[in-house]
Amino acid sequence: MQIEIDEISKQFGTTAALHPVSLSLPSGALVALLGPSGSGKTTLLRILGGLEFPTSGRVMFDGQDATGLSVQDRRAGFVFQSYALFRHMTVFDNIAYGLNARPRASRPTKAEIARRVSKLLELIQLPDIGARYPSQLSGGQRQRVALARALAIEPRMLLLDEPFGALDAKVRKELRQGLRDIHDTTGLTTVFVTHDQEEAMELADLVVVMSMGRIEQIGKPQDIRARPATPFVREFITA
Amino acid sequence: MSDASLAKPARFRPATEEAPVARWAMIAAAFLGLGILVFAPLIAVFVEALARGVAASLASLATRDAQEAIKLTLTIAAISVPLNAIFGVAAAWFITKFDFRGKAFLITLIDLPFSVSPVVAGLCIVLMFGANSAIGGWLVAQGYPIVFAMPGIILATMFVTFPFVARELIPVMIEQGRAEEEAALTLGASGWRTFWTVTIPNIRWALLYGVLLCNARAMGEFGAVAVVSGKIRGQTATMPTTIEMLYQEYLSVAAFSLAAVLALLALVTLLLKTALEIRHADQLAATHRH
Ligand SMILES: Nc1ncnc2c1ncn2[C@@H]1O[C@H](COP(=O)(O)OP(=O)(O)OP(=O)(O)O)[C@@H](O)[C@H]1O
Ligand SMILES: [Mg+2]
Repeated sequence: MQIEIDEISKQFGTTAALHPVSLSLPSGALVALLGPSGSGKTTLLRILGGLEFPTSGRVMFDGQDATGLSVQDRRAGFVFQSYALFRHMTVFDNIAYGLNARPRASRPTKAEIARRVSKLLELIQLPDIGARYPSQLSGGQRQRVALARALAIEPRMLLLDEPFGALDAKVRKELRQGLRDIHDTTGLTTVFVTHDQEEAMELADLVVVMSMGRIEQIGKPQDIRARPATPFVREFITA
Repeated sequence: MSDASLAKPARFRPATEEAPVARWAMIAAAFLGLGILVFAPLIAVFVEALARGVAASLASLATRDAQEAIKLTLTIAAISVPLNAIFGVAAAWFITKFDFRGKAFLITLIDLPFSVSPVVAGLCIVLMFGANSAIGGWLVAQGYPIVFAMPGIILATMFVTFPFVARELIPVMIEQGRAEEEAALTLGASGWRTFWTVTIPNIRWALLYGVLLCNARAMGEFGAVAVVSGKIRGQTATMPTTIEMLYQEYLSVAAFSLAAVLALLALVTLLLKTALEIRHADQLAATHRH
């Protein structure tokens, strides 16, 4: 799905988290929102997912105005920074949650839900953990379960907030490749937030560099490396 | 650390552990305090109740006044505890899941019943709803008296026990944050479904504790109820107020027998809580992260 961000701004009381920003994301792209802490990355991602509403501006999905679309109707697979797995449910029930929440008419049968959940568990290469609780998983496993849960709703796009933030370097590298693979097989437009420039450059097709609520530069990793648009970008990507 | 080859294992104890002497002294102090302040009085109640034998004690409980008092107290708890559970959940949910001005003030307000003497609370209700007030006079004229009647006792009990559920829930809900609810919404769940499938299961233990504490206090409330109820025997006298009246009249077997029943009700509450904890120990462990 193609995503168009048109002059979006966001005000929290007196602080401007986003100055009007515009951005066009081609369908099927893997996009990194890159920037230092407090630059407005999470805010922009939450606006895309419908968890926050912009003070001004519009969001378009495939050319249609989606600014007022409710979070449920956006069908955005959202992976939270701390994963936000349902702690009182097993991994199976976590992944099945979105399917069980559908209205009766479009809800798959129990058998079909079980089939889809085990397929997703295979996709994240953790076929045997369905009966466990989130507290019994490692950080990397939790992250992959959160991804499977987001994919279960057959989302129109994938939004991830610092998906590898809390993990050690080795696991990060593995999961990076895992995300790349899942993106390539599903073909979903995917936006992930990171403050790690190496991660953004290595993984993304398109990098959006942000600072203090503004977009500093949009481009392919090699272009940003070769021609930083502003002194801030130059400094940030060499840091 | 338990390696027998170590000459002085005590030197390798964990940093947070005290020396054995200090540890035993503290445990002894805890048990002594518990014994003097809790167990001894509790046993004394049962001893006094049975001072003239089991038959006399049971006979005093079989009187109409005692029966009515037990019935009234159980009815009051059965009405005010569920209502306070609903208000408590609503208040805690509102305070922790939304940002608004005056939040700190609202939290203080919830604590108000803890800082106001129950007698004062009872007097406030009499002033507001008594037959001499505008509202009270009108309600009496309609045939719905509040003061010296069941509604007043329920109001007084609810006022005094209001903080228990909300106080228990607010820290838990603040600690858990909003992320799980938001995740449910992004997965397509409605707000209502999110509340019942995510919010409530996450707080069910805190809710249970809050309800049990609220229940114990609701059955035991004396001051506020004494003021609003008028203590009419067989009508508006609850267990605590009846116990006090019997005691004032030197009917000590009757007073302590009823007191023993009240204490037993509290013990049942505690046992229920412990039983639930044991039965769901695995779930409890699983729902506490890390
Ligand atoms: N709910 C909120 N209320 C008030 N201010 C907020 C809120 N959410 C974000 N902000 C402010 O908006 C600005 C951007 O925040 P945002 O969370 O989008 O940054 P970020 O780029 O995701 O940072 P980080 O890398 O630290 O997560 C910050 O100054 C932040 O303090
Ligand atoms: Mg952020």
